[in-house]
Amino acid sequence: MRDRKFVPLTRRQIIRGLLATSAFGITTKLAGCGSSPSPNSPATDGSANAAEEVVVGFIYVGPKDDFGYNQAHAEGAAAMAQVPGIKLVEEASVPETAAVLETMRSMIEIDGAKVLFPTSFGYFDPYILEMAQEFPDVQFFHAGGLYQAGVHPDNVGSYFSYIGEAQYVAGVVAGHMTQTGQLGFVAAKPIPQVLQNINSFTLGAKSIKPDITTQVIFTGDWALPVKEAEATNSLADQGIDVINCHVDSPKVVIETAERRGVYSSGYHANQGPLAPNGFLTGAEWDWISIYTGLAEQFVAGKTLMAGDIDHILRGGLAEQFCKISPYGSAVTAAAKADAEAAREALISGELVIYKGELRDNNGNVILADGEQYEQTNVELEKMNWFIEGVKGSIDG
Amino acid sequence: MVSRLTQGLQGENWRKSLEAIALPGAALLVALMIFGIFCAFAGANPFGVYGSIYRAAFGSWSAWQNTLIRAAPLMLTALCTALPARLGLVIIGNEGALVMGGIAAIATGLSLGTALPSLLVQMAMALAGMAAGGLWIMLAGALRHYRGVNETISSLLLNYIAIALLNHLVDGPMRDREFVTKPSSAELDPTNLLGTLPGSRIHVGLIFGIIICVIAYILIQRTTFGFAARTAGGNIRAARIAGLPVGQLTLATCFLGGSAAGLAGMVEVAAVQKRINESLVSNYGYAGILVAFVSRHNSLATILVSVLLGGILASGGILQRSHDLPDATVLVFQGIVFLCVLFSDSLYGRFSWFR
Amino acid sequence: MTTETSLGLWGIPLGILAGTLRGSAPFLFVSLGECLTEKSGKINLGLEGTLLMGAMSAYGVSFLTQNTVGEFWAPWLGVLAAGVSGMLLGVIYGWLAQQHRVNDVATGIAMIILGSGLAFFLGKPFIQPQAPQLFTFRWGSWSDIPAVQAALKVSPLFLLGVAIAPLLQWVFRSTRWGLYIRAVGDSPQSARAMGISVFKVRMFSIVVGSFLAGIGGACLSLYYPGVWTERISSGQGLMAVALVIFARWNPVQCLWASLLFGGTQAIGPAFQSVGIDSYYYLFNAAPYILTLLIMVITCSPKRTLVGAPGALGTDE
Repeated sequence: MRDRKFVPLTRRQIIRGLLATSAFGITTKLAGCGSSPSPNSPATDGSANAAEEVVVGFIYVGPKDDFGYNQAHAEGAAAMAQVPGIKLVEEASVPETAAVLETMRSMIEIDGAKVLFPTSFGYFDPYILEMAQEFPDVQFFHAGGLYQAGVHPDNVGSYFSYIGEAQYVAGVVAGHMTQTGQLGFVAAKPIPQVLQNINSFTLGAKSIKPDITTQVIFTGDWALPVKEAEATNSLADQGIDVINCHVDSPKVVIETAERRGVYSSGYHANQGPLAPNGFLTGAEWDWISIYTGLAEQFVAGKTLMAGDIDHILRGGLAEQFCKISPYGSAVTAAAKADAEAAREALISGELVIYKGELRDNNGNVILADGEQYEQTNVELEKMNWFIEGVKGSIDG
Repeated sequence: MVSRLTQGLQGENWRKSLEAIALPGAALLVALMIFGIFCAFAGANPFGVYGSIYRAAFGSWSAWQNTLIRAAPLMLTALCTALPARLGLVIIGNEGALVMGGIAAIATGLSLGTALPSLLVQMAMALAGMAAGGLWIMLAGALRHYRGVNETISSLLLNYIAIALLNHLVDGPMRDREFVTKPSSAELDPTNLLGTLPGSRIHVGLIFGIIICVIAYILIQRTTFGFAARTAGGNIRAARIAGLPVGQLTLATCFLGGSAAGLAGMVEVAAVQKRINESLVSNYGYAGILVAFVSRHNSLATILVSVLLGGILASGGILQRSHDLPDATVLVFQGIVFLCVLFSDSLYGRFSWFR
Repeated sequence: MTTETSLGLWGIPLGILAGTLRGSAPFLFVSLGECLTEKSGKINLGLEGTLLMGAMSAYGVSFLTQNTVGEFWAPWLGVLAAGVSGMLLGVIYGWLAQQHRVNDVATGIAMIILGSGLAFFLGKPFIQPQAPQLFTFRWGSWSDIPAVQAALKVSPLFLLGVAIAPLLQWVFRSTRWGLYIRAVGDSPQSARAMGISVFKVRMFSIVVGSFLAGIGGACLSLYYPGVWTERISSGQGLMAVALVIFARWNPVQCLWASLLFGGTQAIGPAFQSVGIDSYYYLFNAAPYILTLLIMVITCSPKRTLVGAPGALGTDE
């Protein structure tokens, strides 16, 4: 899958690209984009043997080739479609309104889907919960740690990765590489997931240099390229020399940071090739292992309702639910060594990211000395504070 | 176009009313042809695509419900453009009015809670939503009348301001910290939610939409108020000379239009989303503008055009799922349909057969 | 990697200045295009779609031709492609919006849908790859401060836009073509009486205006922020329509208004970067509130706006 990342043109896409260029009367040869035939195109006309196939529906909130959150899921889905006995149906750009209810219903009623993966965080409540009640024999898997046993229907499961662990390791690298002791974070909206990434990143950096600060800028929405570039520039103007982000598509932030000659840390997928000089590392989802694993269970006839599949599937670096992008060329040997040590400690469970004494950035004690939040702690899912050292406010 | 139909049914010659069906119908066929060619270029079989669109939008009762659910908010938001248009005003603040209606409705619903019987709470929410949406568009009308500010531009700007206000509220003063997926307000009490029509999953918003459209039609076509508005819309200067209260008419039509969109916001909150957040902004407003123009501001035609657009939206998914076309295809389809149908308007009276 | 020095509160004015230089170019081109269009008597809301189509075609062509014509010329081919794709959309709009009984606002909104749909459809393969960017003039090399150096990287497209603004003003005021456009926009009937073809003059204005708006898209994808994504414009094309009214249909004032709007995009991030972090949604809405206020203050019911084309918003 990785090597597909930068030669992304499938045959169909090239046809479209040709359509684009010939429409303007410009003929060019497609030099440099060798036509790698799509390895993962799902079988769309497998109606003949539909009886034995498990139809799995994937729903994305944005375009599935956004080089960010949705693409990470779509690549996992493509890998799932490779599992024999799985038929994939996909729908992209489905807003979090009545539209997603109708999409789920059509997938179930028209396409015969038995398993649905509505991937956006915001699909869960009320949409997935409503549909799950109406279709008790269809399994709904949601990306996020929101499932509560006894509260939510039995055919709903949630799976999520502790990507904060990867952010922590990225923070260790950032802590090593920063010369000014100031990190920056371009964020979309102050929801717990975003805050957890910012805090974990900062804690990782503070484990190297305790005085490090992280300046946060909220752009206000998940995809505002001009504002994201502006935010990155403002951070660089303030002498910040490592910039991380949590927006739908980190490309703008990474490229702008590269142009400003500051370091960057990626998110969602590997953005290393976008910034050959300044890219340090990044926190990446690894949905492929989760999705192929689940697919094999579906084909074997296992379900949430029968109790064969856990309702909560969560894991971090250890379970390969997330990973760290390959280190960039700028990363020093010392930084790599400490990052690898932190990674090993997280994998073995020796290291807990949130442990006392921990104060928020208003001086209130979050965790007293000796207390700690394990990754499974629901408090982390409801995070509404910044740790000491983060400069920013979560109130719009 | 369909306005011609209703006029035609009132005793003019039948060929003219046939024209009102034939022209947009033909435009739709042409649009389907162009879209078919587009699909063929993109590597999909056009006839397979047509079949899928039909099946997904109108092919079964379930598909019809899908279409009608999507059509319901469009009927209401379209009136936000259609009613002021009778006075010659081009209002495009539908999205903002919907958002303001949603905000007012949830604020009312949350503060009343279970203090009153749910029917009263629902009525209060609807009234609050309508008032907020109405005042929001009335502001554009007032600026037009008293300050001469172009209402198209001011209502466009009001959209952005309303959306910023929504984001600010759900991220700050109204935020429910327990709801973690996105900055949102608290959830309405389940008893205050609007139900669905018996035997279906269609929420009562559809009934609201149809009733309000019929009321709007009667108001414009059958009352002195409507007559005055249509007269003034024909020629503002003449209306002033004739002593018509142009200012009051401007404010009133804008208020009524805005309140329809505000009601759409209330329905969206009380029947679908249960709380307010960024998802309240989902282009029902902008789609409503097109519905209004395509139905030539005739409220009965608005119902039909909304259902048509609802069908197009409902079929968007199947293009992706069954034909491997990208998500943007449904946008291209919509664009082609609207341009063709808008163009067909210019053909009225060009064909002597219809006279 | 150079260590950047912190600017503290000086970062706010510098950030806004830099944001102005970087972010105003698309506003400038789209507003000049809209200004020309509106002067001839039509409101083209569809420039939002034109902007997206321009951004996509510029990026796509720059990416696809980089190996054929080299990294320097490929983006310029992209700029040309953006203009041409804009013109094609302009021809559709110009022809349709001038048909009898067809409303220009509605046509514009339909064009937004079609333009963005086509741009998204054709643009899928170009989201991920990196396309060669336009070169920039480095006017900040005298300074040792990297922030100043970065702020003073000026795009040739921006300078081109700055040059077009007075040129367009001169065309309106002092040339026969400008007279035709103004006549058509103010009173189509008298223009017809003068023997001017209203259809041709409007078509010309709309197509040239759409060409400019397409180049505005190229500014987004080939200069700043320099990527192609489906959310690249975030409504800038629609905003430009308001901007033209803000600027009273005067091309030179369009320039000032574009600078102002470009600069306000930087306000929210610049304030947050020094720790002023409340109300950012409302900061982000500042340009809209400002435009509305200025319209309220400067308009009057007694007279039409100075510079307002008489036929604007009518069915003539």
